[in-house]
Amino acid sequence: MTTDRKFADERLKLSPFHDRQAALNLRDSWSVWNGYKFAEYYYDAEYEYFCVRNTCGTYDICPMQKYLIQGDNAEAMLNRMVTRDITKLQENRVTYVCWCTNEGRMIDDGTIFKLGPKKFMLTCGSPSLAWLKKASFGFDAVEIEDITDTLAALSFQGPTTFSVLKAMGLKGIEDLKPFQIGYFDFAESGLMISRTGFTGDLGYELWIQNKDALELWDKLYSIGEDYGIQPYGESATNMARLEAGFIMPYMEFNEALKTVHYQHDQTPFELNLGWLVDFNKPLFNGRKALLLDKKNGPKYTLTKLDIEGNKPAEGSYIYGDKKCSLEIGYVTSAMWSPAVKANIAMAMIETEHLQGEIWAEIYYEKELRQYDKVARCSIKEKPFWAPSRARMTPPENY
Amino acid sequence: MNVQHFDTIIVGGGHNGLVCANYLGKAGQKVLLLEASEHLGGLAATREFYPGFKASVAHAINQFPEKIVSDLNLTKFGYKQCTESMKNIALNLKGDHVVVTQDGISGVPDKEVGQYDLYIASLKRFAKALQPFWMKTMPRMGGNTLAEILTFAQIGLKLKLLGKKDMRELLRVVSLPARDLMDENFDSELLKATLSWDALIGSTQAPRSPNNSILTLLYRMTGMHHGQYMIPEGGIKTLIDALTNAAIDVGVDIRCDSKVNKISIKADMDGVRAKGVVLKNGEEVTGDRIISALDPKQTFFDLVGVEHLEIEFMNRINRLRTDGYVAKLHLALSDIPNFNGIDIPNNRFIIAPNMDAIEFAWDDAKYGQCPEKPVMEVIVPSLNNSALAPQGQHVLSANVMYVPYRKKGGWSEEAKSIFIKKLLTTLDQYAPDLSEKVIHAELLTPADLERDWRVTGGHWHHAELALDQMLMMRPTYEAAQYQTPVDDLYICGAGCHPGGGLMGAAGHNAAKVILK
Repeated sequence: MTTDRKFADERLKLSPFHDRQAALNLRDSWSVWNGYKFAEYYYDAEYEYFCVRNTCGTYDICPMQKYLIQGDNAEAMLNRMVTRDITKLQENRVTYVCWCTNEGRMIDDGTIFKLGPKKFMLTCGSPSLAWLKKASFGFDAVEIEDITDTLAALSFQGPTTFSVLKAMGLKGIEDLKPFQIGYFDFAESGLMISRTGFTGDLGYELWIQNKDALELWDKLYSIGEDYGIQPYGESATNMARLEAGFIMPYMEFNEALKTVHYQHDQTPFELNLGWLVDFNKPLFNGRKALLLDKKNGPKYTLTKLDIEGNKPAEGSYIYGDKKCSLEIGYVTSAMWSPAVKANIAMAMIETEHLQGEIWAEIYYEKELRQYDKVARCSIKEKPFWAPSRARMTPPENY
Repeated sequence: MNVQHFDTIIVGGGHNGLVCANYLGKAGQKVLLLEASEHLGGLAATREFYPGFKASVAHAINQFPEKIVSDLNLTKFGYKQCTESMKNIALNLKGDHVVVTQDGISGVPDKEVGQYDLYIASLKRFAKALQPFWMKTMPRMGGNTLAEILTFAQIGLKLKLLGKKDMRELLRVVSLPARDLMDENFDSELLKATLSWDALIGSTQAPRSPNNSILTLLYRMTGMHHGQYMIPEGGIKTLIDALTNAAIDVGVDIRCDSKVNKISIKADMDGVRAKGVVLKNGEEVTGDRIISALDPKQTFFDLVGVEHLEIEFMNRINRLRTDGYVAKLHLALSDIPNFNGIDIPNNRFIIAPNMDAIEFAWDDAKYGQCPEKPVMEVIVPSLNNSALAPQGQHVLSANVMYVPYRKKGGWSEEAKSIFIKKLLTTLDQYAPDLSEKVIHAELLTPADLERDWRVTGGHWHHAELALDQMLMMRPTYEAAQYQTPVDDLYICGAGCHPGGGLMGAAGHNAAKVILK
């Protein structure tokens, strides 16, 4: 056995885009997502963030889990699993969903793509095959296939993305509406594009068979050069998604199937995702528990905060008074937002205290000295960052 | 066409469905009971298996509660409990058998007789302590209603009243493998085998299996004869007839040959609710509530449908152990069988020379084979009820262990006839001229019971009686109090607490929940 082969199964998987991404990863800053080698950042997280907000960037979502679910009962099976009514989802459309245990605790969130009358693709952050098998048990004629390792995907986000795709000659890309799916002639296997993303801005997700992945990359980067294209990693994604008000596993929520302590996981109502829960549907997993949660009111509510000053409230406790005598919650994510020019955060706050004053106790460091301050917070109902260009069809051309 | 409407529709006319129908009818409800086959009584139905010869799969009674007999006035409708139970006779090839009666044992050394008296006295105390809970709805885990708290308190009190010594002993023995308890108490192999029989029959359990077979034994010791079997005067048929006639008397509308294909569901923004049933012929009948006496798997998977129930619940129903391991042998005999050393064979015979014989029969079955040396429980019911066979002729009825539901290579007529031959050879060793008297032999494997008696896995108890599938876990939480996650749908079959056997407690308890 050679040394190379010795730990072959233990080594990280390489995304189909890896060769190009490795060349651009100037800092060799790698992390791991679902067993894939995956960039934390390439050059500088803030620089990449500014590319996403001002020009365009690609984010490798090959490690995201992708499942093809098809058959006569595929829709019924998924509809029982998720809280939203997907019988209303039209073909070639995408919808954001979450799914829960029968106790109403959220297992994961993700997106469902309706690819055909009996054909769906589910994407999500963590491996979910075991749960999908459980959820499909008893339904005849439902086939579930994990296509994570064969379908390459790039999230392509930022204001100049449309211009790049148009310059690539993708006919009809200008008509693609938010959450719509389109198919385009490209390479041998063709290119599927959905107008979706995780940054709250104009953006697309590009889906292509592994073997044509590099051809897609090269085309994007040759055309995109004039439009400021730059790969971005996990850090920049985390900044952009917080501005957009999107939740992240292990930050805002714990996957219910992985928590040990009861209530270390969350319900959709606690996560402010009540709009995903459709009680007009007679049955979905967790319905009875969630009816009760809605009636009694969730214990916590995930809240968007605008915090005075400019010190990010990372890991802060939230109090109901300036003296910090009444603890009412904790910050899940926080940053200084360059796009909004505000000190923003998401926090889990006890619902009954949302009406009163909200204060964050912020610890920060200056040249090895520790300081702390108590800053007043105000609640934001809307996403911090939601430019109208994200929704325009056709989008602006640069 | 007008759709008929009832207060309650009961699916399945086994004895639990009948008991439940009786209580509801007595309370003034308009009840419809639907049975798929032409017979009522389910596994206790008496049917002709050969021209002139009749038998029922359940061939004797050990725990039918006196409360149900008197509540439903079953004696008025012709049911008569036998005051004397049958002798349990452990057959020995040489003819010197071990005899177990409700009064004691014989055929073993005196030392064993004394030990048996101690053994049975303690088991009777334990059975008595547990007795109140079989006829009671189990509390929900974490349930906080007064009734639930009282039931928990009663469990505690009953155990406390046993006294420290007995309480310790009960907690020790309920989970013992049968073999351990027998070895502690006795030396006689024949005695040990026959006493462990009632702890094991009907289950995927053998003497050495780490399990709760003693708990099952205590469950079976609930009846008036403390676990000893009896056949009522006129046979099992009189129990089913009495339940049927009592039901008719209180106005229950009983329809046989009426297979229910689906429970119709009203699914809207108020949730999922059972509203009626659709029969095989397409007819729809509606009811304020539907009760299924069928096994949990058929009820939830076939009648309701997976799309109307939550994911974890259906996975728990699916993982219920429901494979049957008991086959039924019916023999039409030209004459009375002569067992070595027995005058009149009006007893319950156990053919299992020692506990290893039972263990090895299980070893074969658990790998999908028919046992090389089958063990069985034999009675001649035509001696109690002459209507089961033509004049002068007889029926032999035997429960055979362990016969796999999933036989390797599948069940075929050929496989069955090979196994019947093996059974006759075994029987001939104890009743030498038996084969010559056989006019017809019928073997009902668990697969046959599933197909013709419509019970999943051909399992007598609808789901294995084991600690993880008993009490407030039977068939699973969220359905262990006879209510189900589907509003207005109840269950009352052997798959509910307390379980199977000709007992009717599940039907009784379900009716009590509905009438509360």
